[in-house]
Amino acid sequence: MAQSARIRLHRYVVVAVVILAVAAGAAGAIAWRPSMPPIAPPDRASFAETEVARGAALAALGDCAACHTAENGRPYTGGRGIPTPFGIVYATNITPDPATGIGHWSLDAFRRAMRDGIDRAGRHLYPVLPYPHFTRATDDDIAAMYAFLMTRAPVQQKAPANALTFPFNWRPLLAGWNVLFLRPGMWRPDPSKDAEWNHGAYLVEAISHCGACHTPHNLLGAEQGGQALAGGEAEGWYAPPLQAGSPAPVSWNADALATYLRTGFDAGHGAAAGPMAPVTHQLATVPDADVHTIAVYVASLMPSGPTPQAGTPQTAATGLANPAARSVADPQALAIFNGACGACHGADAPMTRAGAPSLALGTAVNAPTSRGVVDMILHGLPWREGHAGPYMPAFSAVLTDAQVAVLATYLRARYSDRPPWQDVEATVQAARRQGGGT
Amino acid sequence: MIKLTVNGQEHAVDAEPDTPLLYVLRNDLGLNGAKFGCGLGQCGACTVIVDGAAVFSCLTPIALLPGRQVTTIEGLGTEDAPGPVQRAFMTEQAAQCGYCIAGMVMRAQALLAHTPDPSEQEIRDGLNPNLCRCGTHMRILAAVRRAASSLRAAAPTKAAAQ
Repeated sequence: MAQSARIRLHRYVVVAVVILAVAAGAAGAIAWRPSMPPIAPPDRASFAETEVARGAALAALGDCAACHTAENGRPYTGGRGIPTPFGIVYATNITPDPATGIGHWSLDAFRRAMRDGIDRAGRHLYPVLPYPHFTRATDDDIAAMYAFLMTRAPVQQKAPANALTFPFNWRPLLAGWNVLFLRPGMWRPDPSKDAEWNHGAYLVEAISHCGACHTPHNLLGAEQGGQALAGGEAEGWYAPPLQAGSPAPVSWNADALATYLRTGFDAGHGAAAGPMAPVTHQLATVPDADVHTIAVYVASLMPSGPTPQAGTPQTAATGLANPAARSVADPQALAIFNGACGACHGADAPMTRAGAPSLALGTAVNAPTSRGVVDMILHGLPWREGHAGPYMPAFSAVLTDAQVAVLATYLRARYSDRPPWQDVEATVQAARRQGGGT
Repeated sequence: MIKLTVNGQEHAVDAEPDTPLLYVLRNDLGLNGAKFGCGLGQCGACTVIVDGAAVFSCLTPIALLPGRQVTTIEGLGTEDAPGPVQRAFMTEQAAQCGYCIAGMVMRAQALLAHTPDPSEQEIRDGLNPNLCRCGTHMRILAAVRRAASSLRAAAPTKAAAQ
């Protein structure tokens, strides 16, 4: 009852905000935007190689390929369905194919899409394209990304039509959304901070759009003001806070973060999972200096110094609780853990001896929600063709919802001092419905 | 004692509840088709089917299994009367050393049960969890394609309905 009442209330709020948004859009009379004249696809020689190379790094930092590439598809040809609370938005082809891609787009048209969320034809784009972030990018960086994309091989491939519920399938509504949530203007450096920090802040805010997943979103899908990087979700996966609220038992520093972002793994925290894994594959390709500045900036937002849990013994290696000292008497959970998890996550397992951290150090195990742990158990970390990286088998086929819940509850009790999770089985059901994402 | 149903037969097994199914199959039930490869769910040599889904039996404690149906490669056919997927693997000479093959067959069996007419990509994605160190992948893929068409030919109405 409480849940359905809450959903009803949310519906009223959504309707009220939609009406407000429409009114704002109409009042501003900005829903209509002109189309930009088509151009002949530019010649590769018209772009400087250095600009194309910088554009490649920026496209990787911005992770364009993650959304604009379908499963097993060719890079940047679009077709991946991005789930949103309002339906599925299909990423478009951003290769320079004239018919189905951006071959006819001038730099002005591309810049308008990045800054204002308007395509060449004048239609509003959905903010699942993170133009509220890209709008902060410099003209030079936008031009470099344009140079990179326009020098890819053109591929003819049309994205499927979006599957959005009414009224969200009506694009002019986005004019109202933009009035409410798009804050135009370039990114401004903080003069009290050094150049490295500022470059990292710029990349995080204007290019890498970390907040698109790591910031909570409001009912209309916009990032909540004042909650930057306070934790959110990505295709159903738990996206932990990247600021003071980080539940990581060992605090992050710039070096650990840089290692994690480049390799998908850090010995003090564990492996990148779900939609974060492809992000790390992209970041493995960009200049060290860029990843390092991102790490410097994000680490500066995180809690500093180790934060050991009260009342637990310390180990020399981590300064944290020794999980072997905790015991939990649930024979069913113990049988599942020993039989399914222990071969890798046991105290003496080869993987643990080879340097993988104890589950006690896992952010997901210490998070306020069970969703991260549940997603890991169900979906694991799949092999990704062409990419080295951490692997974990998926257990969705062999564990029932109840068994996943028993196991997750056990992991929380054994490896974290934080309070038990509530409604774990409902979380398992939701995670199973939503699938593994990437 | 824990009760298991394997290839339609009930067994009462005297083993700890955290014992991996693979050990029980090989050591207690004499079903040696599933192989121990890595013991970490990385290679797929131990793959069996539980309630229609391919799983790593090396990471499946028997505590999970009461009330569920386990199928091993011994349940698909015999030497004299191999099942369609087994026959396809034999016809295509898919085995080199053969250590991975029981797992490959079980993975393919599960795939074809819910995807009777798989695309090349679906076959590759479906078999992705299983490794072969000899390198007979092209023959394994051919065997799965052959198995798919022979299964469809045997059940034309079902395939047409898909």
